[in-house]
Amino acid sequence: MSDNNQRKIGSVMVIGGGIAGIQASLDLANSGYYVYLVEKSPSIGGVMPQLDKTFPTNDCSMCILSPKLVECGRHFNIEILTNTQVEEVRGEAGNMEVSLIRSPRFVDEDKCVGCGVCAEKCPVKVKDRFNEGLGERKAIYIQYPQAIPLVYQIDKDHCRYFIKGKCRICEKLCKNEAVNFEDTEKRYALKVGSIILAPGFELFDPQLKGEYGYGVYDNVVTSKQFERILSASGPSMGHLERPGDKKEPKKIGFIQCVGSRDLQAGKGYCSSVCCMYAIKEAVVAKEHSGEVEPTIFFMDIRAHGKGFDDYYKRAQEEYGVRFIRCMVSKIVEMPRTKNLRVTYINEEGKPVEEEFDMMVLSGGLTPSEDARALGKRLGIHLNQYGFCETSQFSPLSTSRPGIFVSGVFQGPKDIPETVAQASGSVACASGLLSESRGSMVKGKEYPLETEVKDISPRIGVFVCHCGINIGGVIDVPQVKGYAESLRDVVYAEEGLYVCSQDFQELMKKAISEHNLNRVVVASCSPRTHEPLFQETLRETGLNKYLFEMANIRDQCSWVHMRQKEDATKKAKALVRMAVENARLIQPLDELSLEIKNKALVIGGGLSGMTAALSLADQGYEVYLVEKEAKLGGALHDVYYTLEGDDVQSHLREIMKRVEANPSIHIFKDTMVVDFSGYKGNFETGLMVGPGMFYRKLEHGIVIVATGGEEYKPVGEYMYGEDERVMTQLELEKRIANGVPELSKIDSIVMIQCVGSRTEERPYCSRVCCSEAIKNSLKLKELNPKMHICILYRDIRSYGLMEEYYTLARKKGVKFIRYDLNSKPGVTVEDGALKVDIKDPALGEDLSLSPDLIVLSSAIIPKENDELATLLKVPRTQEGFFLEAHMKLRPVDFGTDGMYVCGLAHSPKLISECISQAYAASARASTILSQERIHVGGVVATVNGDLCAACLTCVRVCPYDVPVINEEGFAEINMAKCQGCGSCASECPAKAIDLQHFRDEQILAKCNALLEGVL
Amino acid sequence: MRLNYPPNVKIIKVPCTGKVDVIHLLHAFERGADGVYIAGCLEGDCHFLRGNLRARKRVEYTKRLLDEIGIGGERLQMYNMSAAQGPRFAEVAREMTERIMTLGPNPIRAKNREP
Repeated sequence: MSDNNQRKIGSVMVIGGGIAGIQASLDLANSGYYVYLVEKSPSIGGVMPQLDKTFPTNDCSMCILSPKLVECGRHFNIEILTNTQVEEVRGEAGNMEVSLIRSPRFVDEDKCVGCGVCAEKCPVKVKDRFNEGLGERKAIYIQYPQAIPLVYQIDKDHCRYFIKGKCRICEKLCKNEAVNFEDTEKRYALKVGSIILAPGFELFDPQLKGEYGYGVYDNVVTSKQFERILSASGPSMGHLERPGDKKEPKKIGFIQCVGSRDLQAGKGYCSSVCCMYAIKEAVVAKEHSGEVEPTIFFMDIRAHGKGFDDYYKRAQEEYGVRFIRCMVSKIVEMPRTKNLRVTYINEEGKPVEEEFDMMVLSGGLTPSEDARALGKRLGIHLNQYGFCETSQFSPLSTSRPGIFVSGVFQGPKDIPETVAQASGSVACASGLLSESRGSMVKGKEYPLETEVKDISPRIGVFVCHCGINIGGVIDVPQVKGYAESLRDVVYAEEGLYVCSQDFQELMKKAISEHNLNRVVVASCSPRTHEPLFQETLRETGLNKYLFEMANIRDQCSWVHMRQKEDATKKAKALVRMAVENARLIQPLDELSLEIKNKALVIGGGLSGMTAALSLADQGYEVYLVEKEAKLGGALHDVYYTLEGDDVQSHLREIMKRVEANPSIHIFKDTMVVDFSGYKGNFETGLMVGPGMFYRKLEHGIVIVATGGEEYKPVGEYMYGEDERVMTQLELEKRIANGVPELSKIDSIVMIQCVGSRTEERPYCSRVCCSEAIKNSLKLKELNPKMHICILYRDIRSYGLMEEYYTLARKKGVKFIRYDLNSKPGVTVEDGALKVDIKDPALGEDLSLSPDLIVLSSAIIPKENDELATLLKVPRTQEGFFLEAHMKLRPVDFGTDGMYVCGLAHSPKLISECISQAYAASARASTILSQERIHVGGVVATVNGDLCAACLTCVRVCPYDVPVINEEGFAEINMAKCQGCGSCASECPAKAIDLQHFRDEQILAKCNALLEGVL
Repeated sequence: MRLNYPPNVKIIKVPCTGKVDVIHLLHAFERGADGVYIAGCLEGDCHFLRGNLRARKRVEYTKRLLDEIGIGGERLQMYNMSAAQGPRFAEVAREMTERIMTLGPNPIRAKNREP
């Protein structure tokens, strides 16, 4: 109960419908909270739909986002409020009232089915903002084809009717009468318990950097425009061409830090993602055409994320992307060719002029004007750049209790960090509202399912006109008539929009009046509409698997528009195939299993403790297992942050809270020795110290937070041979302990990338640059005259840490670059340390004689081989645990119910470990908050009588699911099976069938497809 | 995108190309299909980790079988594409159709037509 004895409200508002808002909404709704997802534009998705590919996996951005969009769009407990902005928030954490303004769409969301006829006939063409002004759309439009909600919108500023008072073509064409020119602005208020801010960012306006000629020269584009040019769904349909004359560009230059690391432009921070996206764009351009010669002009390459440095290396070695370390001073357009002459000073200090076909400006990330205004209206603190202010130890909390933040609005970051923060902010909100979990969500009661096994099929076929989308090409009445003639079809009907609310009622009536036990809909695409029809089936008491779709729009009328007769013939064939399949489909039972609502967290460092506390706050019992005799892990060796926070006092406080929490059971000196089970039902065996007693735990989820440690570079740079050579953490300890000799030291050399970015460890350890800057600034405080020299390869003070890099240089810390092939040499001459280095900027050999040498040593994972084998979870080559998906599932393992966070995942800062720990806790809560889980459906099943126990399925399964059971045949656990069917097609005895896609069904479809050809 | 492709291409949906069995492929030819192709995720991007690689192996194996029995392995093809490659999908549909047009009808069908 809250202070004022009022029950907290079990709903949360998420502001911003980009990937952060989408992830937060899904995690909230899947763990018992009702969600209002507020988006100011007409559809959710944010920036991701505009991107072509994503680094470092080159996954198609739309492909990985689309399932999340669809899930969000159809979730019972997510209410998407588009065209809506938040005006004001009153009340306090747990009980807030939000006033909203919804601007008019002029199209009724309940009536529009997204068929697009209106846009096709709309006479007005408008520059398409989704394509960054490179293409055109109509005045009635959707932002992109996969938009959620799939509802058109009238652009009032360009609509002919609104401007000239005449037209209304769309209104006449819309057979559903969805167009409403009288729509008005609406103001209303909603009550929520908490708010998550995810308003995202916009790209820096490159017109503010006049020297690059953006907006003046045709062939200078922004990085986002270039994404659209590369995209298969973009204005040039994926053909690489420059906007000026549609020619394929050969030489493409990328300019980094446009509106980042630029004090003159008022942007003293690094945008963190531009280096990687530029490399990606260069690589993808090269993949489009081998002729392309990409060049990236940069200051430092900041490839500090997981797998990034490897990607950077491949771009150079495999794709031949050229990297030039310099600042471009100006771009001039050649009047005849429209090529661009670029002037820059090369690394040797000489001015160079070079001609390019096209220039891409890698614009920085900046909070939008709207987001800043929103921050002010909500009364939360923003920093000087307009990003939301947070602290290192609570990176997801704004200055106003009950309002949390995630994504770029909190500071520049990439997609995986954004997704982790989004989930993390859900854990924060859920910790606040756990007493009201489940109080606002909507459930649904369905009638008891009709028994259909052993009853002969009675099939109903519903054929959709989809306005004129299908009906304009295919002869729908003919198809309907044909359907009536097919085997076991007892009813057929056609409809203008089969998906509309009134037709759904008609369908329900038909099902009960004609005792239909299989339903076929011939219409658009199962991708968007299958769940809707399945829902209707469930409401009439039919199992949802008794549904089959014939895709006669996306796979027929749309793609055979000019061959009307052939299209009708094909539509009949598709209906015939669907009916033949429907005859064979069976209802599938989903087994309901009880869940063990307890969590196991392995690793008692900062990440493990944070996750455990968050889970306990959310109302779950937690087993926290630590290998060592005390909690705290690697954090014991860190004393302060770059920003000046006292780490040890935070550590003491969090340890105290963990030890005192009655919901957290701590096992120290303890090893995990066995492990089995699946999501919701795991069993883990422990050897509990110091007596080493065996203990068995039952739990529903696992979080792996086994941490990392500083690499001890014995044998490198005389480390371990001379006590004046130490690591950054060893130096930090001396500074923190106030070792008096330190202030007397005259000069120090720091060497970066010791053990990182090498052959052996190709990754960047992410934190060492800021660690070196942090210690330098501390030393400068002790003795401002101290000479500090940092030998580096690229300074990677990403995000807001850039400010400290600037500060360090201002205080006289010297930064000297070195190349991997001319590493600094450390020797002792006459008892004095000597460092030799070749300065590539000056081209000279330098010799330094420091009193101390400090090595910025790599972060390596803690010993985890055995654990990885026990848990059957994958690791990267470097030994960090590997998540399910680099971009959108940053803290999930591929196995459901298992999560990873902190240094065990990859090197990262304290604040990033905390965000990930919260994220793992929120992801875990999506399982722990359920009473039961449903498993089964489309899974593989084994016929034991046919199985020869040959182990083929055991080898084939990509998820290691099949096992040979005690009775001697293969067994596939429904809860673990992902339903790919690989085992079924490899099984030599044909003992395995994939439900819903049984061989019998596929062959029947095949026969129906080929009926009459022989 | 609504890109036009020949209507003689009809799709049978499977959850993963890893589900496509040699039997399914042979059955289609037995029933008179002139050509069959499998469209799977890009290699390395399989939604189910490696189903498309297994499919490729099966396609290669089935091609050999088709060669042996005189139907011809070139009537069967494996393609890889991503969900965002609409133009590629249409291109493949056209490419495969053209190839089959050149090859003419499935010999089983041709034989059937003889009196």
